Amino acid sequence: MPRSTPETFYEVMRRQGITRRSFLKFCSLTATALGLAPSFAGKIAHAMETKPRTPVIWLHGLECTCCSESFIRSAHPLVSDVVLSMISLDYDDVLMASAGHQAESILSEIKEKYKGNYILAVEGNPPLNQDGMSCIVGGRPFVEQLKEMAADCKAIVSWGSCASWGCVQAARPNPTRATPVDKVILDKPIIKVPGCPPIAEVMTGVLTYMLTFERIPPLDRQGRPAMFYGQRIHDKCYRRPHFDAGQFVESWDDEAARKGYCLYKMGCKGPTTYNACSTVRWNNGVSFPIQSGHGCIGCSEDGFWDKGSFYQHVTNVHAFGIEANADKVGLAAVGVVGAAIGGHAAYSAYTAIKKHPETMENRTDSSAGDQQ
Amino acid sequence: MSTTTEDLLRERRRAGIPKTRRTAVYVYQAPLRVWHWVNALSITVLAITGWFIANPPPSVMGEASDHYVMGYIRFFHFAAAYVFAVGFLFRIYWAFAGNRYAMQLFTLPVWRRSFWRELWHEVRWYAFQEKEPWKYYGHNPLAHLFMVVIITVGGLVMMVTGFALYSEQAGAGSWQDRLFGWVIPLVGQSQDVRLWHHWGMWVIVVFVMLHVYTAIREDVMSRQSLISTMISGWRMFKDDRP
Repeated sequence: MPRSTPETFYEVMRRQGITRRSFLKFCSLTATALGLAPSFAGKIAHAMETKPRTPVIWLHGLECTCCSESFIRSAHPLVSDVVLSMISLDYDDVLMASAGHQAESILSEIKEKYKGNYILAVEGNPPLNQDGMSCIVGGRPFVEQLKEMAADCKAIVSWGSCASWGCVQAARPNPTRATPVDKVILDKPIIKVPGCPPIAEVMTGVLTYMLTFERIPPLDRQGRPAMFYGQRIHDKCYRRPHFDAGQFVESWDDEAARKGYCLYKMGCKGPTTYNACSTVRWNNGVSFPIQSGHGCIGCSEDGFWDKGSFYQHVTNVHAFGIEANADKVGLAAVGVVGAAIGGHAAYSAYTAIKKHPETMENRTDSSAGDQQ
Repeated sequence: MSTTTEDLLRERRRAGIPKTRRTAVYVYQAPLRVWHWVNALSITVLAITGWFIANPPPSVMGEASDHYVMGYIRFFHFAAAYVFAVGFLFRIYWAFAGNRYAMQLFTLPVWRRSFWRELWHEVRWYAFQEKEPWKYYGHNPLAHLFMVVIITVGGLVMMVTGFALYSEQAGAGSWQDRLFGWVIPLVGQSQDVRLWHHWGMWVIVVFVMLHVYTAIREDVMSRQSLISTMISGWRMFKDDRP
């Protein structure tokens, strides 16, 4: 459908059958989710009514598609429909209708038409070993497609822990050398939205922010949107009072577990995990792992597969093939050093007595040490 | 020649009188001594509370609002940490304001051949290969090396990782975050910083064991005072030989 002016977001939404009422609801909800003042709802609405739609290309590398699964389950179906419509309009090979050469041609078309003006969303990561052959898209290594599409994009959104950190395919020993996007594309702004998968509302929130404000949301030191990854699960956990009180689940199904005490001793990674699960929650805000009685496994953190058991929070260290954690090694070191000190002290005393036998025989001789 | 009881008694009396002039040097000034003991106390509190933060005491039952076990443990950890950190800053100041020995904690003369020679001698002394140790006003080279590596470098690592972890609760934009927040991505992630902080605790615990043992042993077996020196400040020498 040739048009003189590009479609705005609002026009796209209306074309998808979204009522104005729903549209305004979406705007105010987004403003709230992003932690903005209520007045921003109007600004978001205005932006979406007037600004031409920014195309979003959604690429899939080495991944399990859980990010997409999460995304399409956004808490408010209408909202996800809206954003989804905007995205599927362009390119997402697991959601779009077209396939094969027809689909691939869309990429080059967008790349030319919206040069420097489209957002590249990447789910998964490129493997670099074996010339990238461990992930083939459209007959070519994914890393080539990624580099090609990244060259002309405005910004990159790294969906999930795969694109952000590497996730399970990058876990030791990482045979395919699966590499997070920011280690491959060095010259574009990259927004990391880690999680395995990330929370749906976080995903839609980040995209909406970028599409409406035409800028990258404020990021933290590690490139994550600060509004969703600014605090740890632990900081906002509803079980935190039990942690402060010293009330812990000691084993599964004990009295404390039934009472909903803190899961710290069961290896909960809440204190070391930055995500919005304890505030936004999952599945329409129904629950999140800790609420269902299981500790956080830290899925939005770098290398969480390689941090030892999900059920202990002191990381195991793989040294000389022996699995040990800091406490075991520390206690062993204290034991060995303590024994060594004991032995050394005993031998010291023995040599001292051998050297000055008079000190033992003649205790009144206080100057014995001076006569040698 | 026969010895009478009288002779033996006279000999014993004579032996009881000091035949040598005992010398003493004022080494550790009062502020430094206070720092040492405050530091020792804070490290003790930090290690104990740190252990309990990683391995909390048995769970308590009842209303959450009736207890504050972890809260208190963490409070004492952070309070002791600030004492340690402020003490460390004071110690840096005192390196310049204090006497010549005050600088030892921050300088290690690795470029001097004599340092390595004397270090080797001290190692041999501990391995029972030397008859007696050499005398020192300040630290002997082995103690000097350990002090710099564990207390200065180790202390810095513990403070940097510790404040980085503290910045997680202080929040983005806090001074802890601005000064030390960069440590977390540098090390990997939050859990890795915890691990290093935890390892550091064990290194310091082992050091404390060695420190206390060698201080007592040297006090008994070396030619100079050790423990009383950190109380009175005076280093006593037991003989006049070089």
